[in-house]
Amino acid sequence: MAAGVATWLPFARAAAVGWLPLAKKTMPKPPIDKKSRSDEILFVNVSGLRFQTWKNTLDRYPDTLLGSSEKEFFYNEDTQEYFFDRDPEMFRHVLNFYRTGKLHYPRHECIQAFDEELAFYGIVPEIIGDCCMEEYRDRKKENQERLAEDNEAGEGGDAPLPPNSTSRERLWRAFENPHTSTMALVFYYVTGFFIAVSVIANVVETVPCRPIKGTVKDLPCGEKYSLAFFCMDTACVLIFTFEYLMRLFAAPSRCKFMRSVMSVIDVVAIMPYYIGLIMPENEDVSGAFVTLRVFRVFRIFKFSRHSQGLRILGYTLKSCASELGFLLFSLTMAIIIFATVMFYAEKGTKGTNFTSIPAAFWYTIVTMTTLGYGDMVPNTIAGKIFGSICSLSGVLVIALPVPVIVSNFSRIYHQNQRADKMRAQQKVRMARIRLAKKGTTNAFLQYKDDGGLQDHDSDSTALCVKNRSAFEHQHHHLLHCLEKTTNHEFTDELTYSEVCMTESVGYRTSRSTSLSSHQGNSSSCCPRRAKRRAIRLANSTVSVSRGSMQELDTLQVHKTSLAPQSRSSLNARTEDLKLNCDDRDFTAAIISIPTPPANTPDESLPPSPAIPGILRNSRSGSFPHDPVKISSL
Amino acid sequence: MAGCTSRCRQGVLKFMQSLRRLVFGTLSKDKIDDELEMTMVCHRPEGLEQLEAQTNFTKRELQVLYRGFKNECPSGVVNEETFKHIYAQFFPHGDASTYAHYLFNAFDSTKNGSIKFEDFVMGLSLLLRGSTREKLEWTFHLYDINRDGYISREEMTEIVRAIYDMMGKYTYPALKGDVPKQHVDAFFQKMDKNKDGVVTLDEFVLACQEDETMMRSMQLFENVI
Repeated sequence: MAAGVATWLPFARAAAVGWLPLAKKTMPKPPIDKKSRSDEILFVNVSGLRFQTWKNTLDRYPDTLLGSSEKEFFYNEDTQEYFFDRDPEMFRHVLNFYRTGKLHYPRHECIQAFDEELAFYGIVPEIIGDCCMEEYRDRKKENQERLAEDNEAGEGGDAPLPPNSTSRERLWRAFENPHTSTMALVFYYVTGFFIAVSVIANVVETVPCRPIKGTVKDLPCGEKYSLAFFCMDTACVLIFTFEYLMRLFAAPSRCKFMRSVMSVIDVVAIMPYYIGLIMPENEDVSGAFVTLRVFRVFRIFKFSRHSQGLRILGYTLKSCASELGFLLFSLTMAIIIFATVMFYAEKGTKGTNFTSIPAAFWYTIVTMTTLGYGDMVPNTIAGKIFGSICSLSGVLVIALPVPVIVSNFSRIYHQNQRADKMRAQQKVRMARIRLAKKGTTNAFLQYKDDGGLQDHDSDSTALCVKNRSAFEHQHHHLLHCLEKTTNHEFTDELTYSEVCMTESVGYRTSRSTSLSSHQGNSSSCCPRRAKRRAIRLANSTVSVSRGSMQELDTLQVHKTSLAPQSRSSLNARTEDLKLNCDDRDFTAAIISIPTPPANTPDESLPPSPAIPGILRNSRSGSFPHDPVKISSL
Repeated sequence: MAGCTSRCRQGVLKFMQSLRRLVFGTLSKDKIDDELEMTMVCHRPEGLEQLEAQTNFTKRELQVLYRGFKNECPSGVVNEETFKHIYAQFFPHGDASTYAHYLFNAFDSTKNGSIKFEDFVMGLSLLLRGSTREKLEWTFHLYDINRDGYISREEMTEIVRAIYDMMGKYTYPALKGDVPKQHVDAFFQKMDKNKDGVVTLDEFVLACQEDETMMRSMQLFENVI
């Protein structure tokens, strides 16, 4: 029952007096009302903004926070009010719901903030009034789509492959995201090149070349250098066939792959060649064979794998299919009408071009699209009048669906832009987060250096330690407990690497599949060491990156000056360290996020000179050892 | 094989749909509502002191009552439809519209199809704070549908039927036979002293005052507000 009618209940009960004369039995005793009848005003303080309302108002919805006894948890005895540490602006809307029974969604607020407030106050969003429900739903859907998009972009093709993926999966991945490995990229560009070559060859084939000696007629180049063109064609088709077969092999679902648009385009691109090979040199069939060669031009559509713009265009056309269809239909109707009229108008004229209605179609189309070739022209006055009407209406009919298509294209294009921009900004954001995390680690190490872990009773405790907040003290104490538990200490990367080097433990080469040629800015006499540091510090592309191979951050090795005691303490525990140096798989904090193909990597780089060496994942594999040597948290 | 046929069917269906869209376009007609009649009737009650004088409620009680009333009906009046709707909320089992209609008429003192706050509060004052005689008079007016001063058998039957309608179909024991008619007969037996087929106000009051159980029940509704 709606809570609003609670107000009318006393009235309905009073009206029950009218049944008394008719009652066959005595009326039951009414329930005893324990609550005091007089209404009281409640004070609700939301982050300093004081609201006052009747208790009755809040009691109308007993299954929410404010209507139930849950609000007693927030009661402040000293000030005799209910205190909520939430957004006062949002609370306004929540309170209005109690007052009017309708929940409204404020359009200028963030949808997530609003949802969170509703969840806090125990109000289901379903009761939003009709006036605001549509807006609320739209915003919510948009938000969810955006989040899904971001997640997709974030994880999508950038996550590193699980280590035990089959060669087939790796191959498919290489095809779908050519930026994952050099080989894939090379293949990508090679196929692109051959598509271009094939298309150009098709075009040049028909250009007239100088005739062979002895003849007069101009020959098209295709016939003059037929062998050369044939060889080029064969080469292209071989590459395309090979690519198609590889894709077919690697596809996770072959059926689905064969039905996809790109696969169909691939097939259409290479079939004419094979059909031409198979078919004999027959007079009748050669006509069809020539037609087939037309299909070779479809190879140009293979470029859509290489170009995002083409894909957007294709997608736009697909999404505007109904508008385009409508345009076509209305044009057809108009053409038929006007062609008929023109035919009958021009029927009488001698030697007229309008020999039949279908013949008049051509005139109508040319006129409606305002081309006006002039090969068919009306002669009679009636014909001219109708012809002018035809051209005027043509402009209108064509102009109508165009804005719809344009706005669709614009929306999709901007969506794509936004996705790319988001990817670029992700890198910056992640870099900043990394920086913050690094700060935390360094804080702990600094804390230890300052002797924070010793007893605080002595007066000689450094001032800097004393000035740390209670939170920091407790956090550092926690880390210290962890150290004691595992009997190992936290350290930073530099110390670790130095200790490792002093140990002279054997190195295994890194398993990164590709190394860019950047060297870290450490000059060292030991080439292996340098290589190792370079592996760690330079831009390794083992971690999956879509886009260019370069990393976002310029890395510099920041020589943190360690206090002597910590290093000595580290050296004291060399036996522990020895165990861990073997394994190269130290935990990395964050895997680098690559640049997207559209943006150049440099423009989104923030100069970050103060970042100490950031670890890269040299192998995103198993971690057989305890996560002890945590160089960066 | 079954999957193939269903897919084929879906494909054909989609094709037909796209063909249809092609022919008819995706335009939908614009619905224009020219008639947006906003009849905002606003009514303000008389002053608090006057109402306090006219009714038996205290100021505080009137304030509480008015706040609730104004919240539900910001325009200050209740029309019959709203009233029926509200009353029906309390009796979801059956059909309360007929009885609500009679109740509405009993409250609507000015007979203009809407209850103002004064009507509302006067009625309540009678029912909750009035003397026994006043309550009985109010009840008599409720039963007397045509306000001619007599309750006829037909009027009573209608009222009783309306009350039984509120019970709905599923009762225990089941409603068999013409229970309202029997009820009306019993009523007239008790009330109609001179057996002239109608009940006057005096007969009604007299008969009710003789009924001990009813007198006791009258006191039960004192503390509703």
